[in-house]
Amino acid sequence: MIYLTSLVAIIQREALRYVNQRERFIAALVRPLVWLLVFAAGFRAALGLSITPPYQTYITYEVYIVPGLCGMILLFNGMQSSLSLVYDREMGSMKVLLTAPLPRWWLLICKLIGGTVISILQVYTFLAIAWLYGIKVPWTGYLAALPALMIAGMMLGALGLALSSFVKQLENFAGVMNFVIFPMFFLSSALYPLWKMAEAGRVLHDICAANPFTQAVELIRFSLYRTGNPAALGWTVLATAVFLALAIWGYDPARGMTRKQG
Amino acid sequence: MLRLALFASLLALPAAADEIWVTNEQDDTISVIDIDTLEVVRTIEVGERPRGITFSHDFSVVYVCASDSDTVQVIDPVTGEVLHELPSGEDPEQFALHPDDRHLYIANEDDAIATVVDTQTRTVVAQIDVGIEPEGMAVSPDGTIAITTSETTNMAHWIDTTTHELFANTLVDSRPRDANFSPDGSQLWVSAEIGGTVTAFNVSDQTELAKIHFEIPGVLADKIQPVGFEFTDDGKTVFAALGPSNHIAVINAETFAVEDYILVGRRVWHMAFDADKSQLFTTNGVSGDVTVIDVASRTPIKTIKVGRYPWAAAFRPTE
Repeated sequence: MIYLTSLVAIIQREALRYVNQRERFIAALVRPLVWLLVFAAGFRAALGLSITPPYQTYITYEVYIVPGLCGMILLFNGMQSSLSLVYDREMGSMKVLLTAPLPRWWLLICKLIGGTVISILQVYTFLAIAWLYGIKVPWTGYLAALPALMIAGMMLGALGLALSSFVKQLENFAGVMNFVIFPMFFLSSALYPLWKMAEAGRVLHDICAANPFTQAVELIRFSLYRTGNPAALGWTVLATAVFLALAIWGYDPARGMTRKQG
Repeated sequence: MLRLALFASLLALPAAADEIWVTNEQDDTISVIDIDTLEVVRTIEVGERPRGITFSHDFSVVYVCASDSDTVQVIDPVTGEVLHELPSGEDPEQFALHPDDRHLYIANEDDAIATVVDTQTRTVVAQIDVGIEPEGMAVSPDGTIAITTSETTNMAHWIDTTTHELFANTLVDSRPRDANFSPDGSQLWVSAEIGGTVTAFNVSDQTELAKIHFEIPGVLADKIQPVGFEFTDDGKTVFAALGPSNHIAVINAETFAVEDYILVGRRVWHMAFDADKSQLFTTNGVSGDVTVIDVASRTPIKTIKVGRYPWAAAFRPTE
């Protein structure tokens, strides 16, 4: 019971952060919207992109980029949520959280779920705006995407947690953004299909294919069109497990990085 | 026992679904698409460079213009066998079946003539001199007027079907490709490929009612080349293929305003509706596929690979 209470409490705390910082909610939406309405409009591909699964017919670039932008929301939020952990650590409120009479791994998972739930709300807000803009997927696709968004959100959140356990100060986080978020985003299938990358070079293609963010985006893309993609699911779940294990290890008071920082 | 055997044989029969027949200009074949599964279920070998395709009113035979074989083939749609050929004149490209279900009006692109063939006696009834490179063909719903459009003369020629003589010629924009009467027969529409327009004429006095222009954001104007088009049954909407712009235009036939553009495959030529006109099948020449459009929502659902250079499509019910 106390497990559930702690989960609800942490989700509430995450939600409260958003209610109190409405600008943050809006700011997080502006980023993908700029990509959709400005960047994608420039690359519109009015004559249609070649057909690749899960698409059944020719699509414009705006249609292609939407699942990638959903992934982008999850990626930035995952990082931001761990940024808040670094902040918590500096402010001392983390001690309060971590001294709760519950296993640390559970607290971390609660934190992860809380962050992911908020991210998913943002993704659906973004999808609603895209719908108004004329980019529609089958309505059942919006439901089918929910578990995919949950897994992808957990994976990226876990990565953020793992990173935050190794980052000592808030200032260093900007570096993390540059060295993690941007390569992860640009070396993925979020902005361009993998076959395009294969044209540019085999190595580049392989790096993109191995990028867990690519797998997360593909998982979201396929589920939005009600198509299964076991490979993407497998990779995303595996990446989630690895990142989560790293985070739990990182936050372990006996072994992890937190101890070294004293 | 007998009843059981009958039941078993019924089970063994695949449920027949309606079909869309597509001529593949470069493969010399017809791809048959099952409307239920949206997959190609049969490929039928025909004469060289098949283009125009139409079924007899009872769907017992299908007529195919085998342009490079200089003939119109009559094919049994059940077996796919060529039953016989009709004398069509040289290089038949498009044709129209008269409402009497007996006379075919054929455009002979290389000869600047239109040929009228009696499908029962298999003889040429008349050959009418028209403009250079005739292409589009249409017969009015009441059967009194036939139209052919000539690509180089840039005219629609109005033929009296009783005398087989021209009674009017109307100028249209550059390279007219396709002609269709509105379902009530009061209007004639002609598409002009190079001109990039579709013109509507009043049938009673052959005057121009409207000229429709197209504009697709992000697509060069010279890529917008209207070719085949179809009216809905109520005559209120027209779907027009815009060639290498890879789009289908949705035109309000009452206001002549373009309401929508739908993205399909590369170089869309012609199209056919299903039985209740809820789905539209477009032939995309360069990409070698057929795009299925949901008519109500005006969205493309699926694109189906067919042979090389699909040209025209025709609907065949199977029940």
